[in-house]
Amino acid sequence: MIRITGGKIYDPANGINGQVRDLCIDGGKFVSSVIGGRTIDATGMIIFPGGVDVHTHVAGGSINFARAMTPEDHRRTTAFIRTQSRRSGLGGMAPTTFATGYLYAGMGWTTVNEAAVPVLSARHTHEELHDIPILDKSSLVLMANNEILLDLFEAGDFERAKDVVAWYIWAAKSYGVKAVNPGGVAAWKWGKDAKQLTDPIEGYNTITPGTIIGGLAQIIDELGLPHPMHLHCNNLGAPGNVWTTLETMKLLEGRRAHIAHLQYHAYGGDDWDTMRSASAEVAEYFNTHTNMTTDAGAVLFGDTVTITADGPWQHLLYKLTGRKWGNLDVENETGCGIVPYTYRPSNLVNSIQWAVGLELLLLINDPWRIFLSTDHPNGACFWRYPEIIQLLMSFDFRKECMTKLTPIARERITLPDIDREYTLYEIATITSAGPARALGLSQKGSLGIGADADVVIYEEEKDIAKMFSHPRYVLKGGEVVIEDGDIRATPEGREFIVKPSFNPDIENFLKPKFEDVYTMSFENYPVEMERVSHAEIRDCIDT
Amino acid sequence: MSPIILTLKESPKVPLEAETVTPDAFLTMSNEQIRSSLVYHGKRHCRLDDFFDVTGEYSDHIEMHGDLHRVKLLGKSMSRGQLKVHGSVGMHLGADMRGGRIEVTGDAGDWIGAEMINGFIHVHGNGGGQIGAAYRGSLRGMKNGTIIVGGTAGLEVGMRMRRGTIVVGGKVRDFCGLQMKGGTIILMSGAEIRTGAWMVRGTILSLQPLPLMPTFVPSGHYNPSFIDLYARELRPHGISLPNSPSSGTWSRHCGDTSIPGKGEILIWNPALLT
Repeated sequence: MIRITGGKIYDPANGINGQVRDLCIDGGKFVSSVIGGRTIDATGMIIFPGGVDVHTHVAGGSINFARAMTPEDHRRTTAFIRTQSRRSGLGGMAPTTFATGYLYAGMGWTTVNEAAVPVLSARHTHEELHDIPILDKSSLVLMANNEILLDLFEAGDFERAKDVVAWYIWAAKSYGVKAVNPGGVAAWKWGKDAKQLTDPIEGYNTITPGTIIGGLAQIIDELGLPHPMHLHCNNLGAPGNVWTTLETMKLLEGRRAHIAHLQYHAYGGDDWDTMRSASAEVAEYFNTHTNMTTDAGAVLFGDTVTITADGPWQHLLYKLTGRKWGNLDVENETGCGIVPYTYRPSNLVNSIQWAVGLELLLLINDPWRIFLSTDHPNGACFWRYPEIIQLLMSFDFRKECMTKLTPIARERITLPDIDREYTLYEIATITSAGPARALGLSQKGSLGIGADADVVIYEEEKDIAKMFSHPRYVLKGGEVVIEDGDIRATPEGREFIVKPSFNPDIENFLKPKFEDVYTMSFENYPVEMERVSHAEIRDCIDT
Repeated sequence: MSPIILTLKESPKVPLEAETVTPDAFLTMSNEQIRSSLVYHGKRHCRLDDFFDVTGEYSDHIEMHGDLHRVKLLGKSMSRGQLKVHGSVGMHLGADMRGGRIEVTGDAGDWIGAEMINGFIHVHGNGGGQIGAAYRGSLRGMKNGTIIVGGTAGLEVGMRMRRGTIVVGGKVRDFCGLQMKGGTIILMSGAEIRTGAWMVRGTILSLQPLPLMPTFVPSGHYNPSFIDLYARELRPHGISLPNSPSSGTWSRHCGDTSIPGKGEILIWNPALLT
């Protein structure tokens, strides 16, 4: 039992904006009152619900590949030395599992969504998620390039496609569906990409990226998954891709969707030399279409490693940079590419990317629909979120940072004209309440009675980045996990999964396919429930 | 300033990581502080005087005696002074070195002067592999400075080096100058196969014939004047580079064209005696 007294509460889920109230916690939840127990005096401090990351890459085959590919980063990074209560690990561009938990919790984030899991590596992903302490987790399974599903779309067999998607989600013990470069990764296996929403995909006669997006969005709505289709649009990173993004958004009218890392999809111009920010066009459309949510995928200058299922894009990035390149082919399901990368303010393209991420966060006016993310580790590492918060809350700081950009870059962006400054209430919305609602996790991102007692308490400070990097207390499920900059407890987190309903006969359809095209037998493929630690099955919803 | 003298008492059974042994650190330390400085014997924390007798204090001039082939990371990141070893040393000698001099009378292990930024290292015996190289995964090897190895050297000498000079007296093994980005490697006795593979820029000089990869393109014979500069610079260290047209010419090979790179391998062709 814990009582937190005297703190200024920012709880957008319940409309509380800076009022001083007491919080009472019992049994890991907020309750109306407690008698006895510990009292935390939070007088003069700021209280947020625990952070929720809607889009990150922290576990599984691709991030592990990135860890293996960046030994040079491990020498220079934060090392966690083993103690009685803490396991050893390394921070840096691709932190190890235990370090991921310590770093997220140390910053006040308590729930994360691993956004890209091939079903074939779902078992590995759950093992790693189990080893990320403190945080509650969910994961999304990659579907938009699964050749069994694409064959069904090609044959027009929508009902069976729906059963297949539902079966895969349950087989992976996943929480939702991620669509990455729909059709493009399948085409990449022929050395091609899918850049037009209306062109048939390499290897198929009729289906286009548009049919996959529309089909999957409909399936997800009909299955009633709590989180809508999580879409990484076609043409990521390419100059002029704003048209693809707008076309995709139009295609999704009337459907729920979450557009991932929007920053990478909001560029104008015709080529690398004429590239410019097109965030205004995207934000204008987005503001008037409330069926969608998005996350920023913001970029910060510095070293990182880019990992994505978008294999063709990563090959292009490797060709552009000459850095290391890793490529994985995940049988008939998806692909994956990894390229270490350095964002530089002297580079025109990088400067535009940096500006676009912030512009979208500032131009999209509903904080309930755009969330803070860096697409960790693609745009920057998650432990740099406080720097973005500072950029959002201070126009002066943005102006100071913009002096590092080249004059040409400053002409190609709209950031200098935007003087909006986020309030603490809005920050609490984009980091916690908003993403929790988009994920359909009603007990997260809230300080209301009955919600999970995940709380961050910051000591108010002028230096915003410092304040948000070093919370005074972090409570997870009612337990004090961080206090005065120290990790005090490392409880195991839960995993949220869904079980959408499907016709059991679908197994008779899938089983022969496994004998034909998979290297794994049908019986060994689905992840067993015992493999998922502290699983909590969430209900599907009526859409 | 009288030197600090470290004499090995007994050879460590597993590698001893002695990155504390640098002129920079010892300059500000009393004899007791030097004795108690931390070394890692395998995973165990030990005192330096568990393994060494120490005389002297407050000096940036260090002399070491004994067979130190299991002692790693000597002179790591040093920026001044002098480290002289009478015997052999282990891996990572002078890694990340910033300045000063290191001299070793015996052999040295792999990674001599790895990622060094400046300074001078002279190993009179044989060296290991990866001299002046970039560590695994890293993009940049040595940035400046000079490494001279009297004897032979191992694999990947000068891998991904940026600038600076490496001279090897004996034969060098495969992949010398792998992915080299700049700088100069001088091979007094030639090298085994795949010299200069993936080299982007930089110069490899060989006084002996080399088996060249097919991706290196012959591009003439000449006597470049920059060789004289190297010859003058290296003469005090007992190294003589020929360059007079009457004694022969250098044949130039450009590559590695598979990248495509703009590096060069120069091979000395002595004039035929008539």
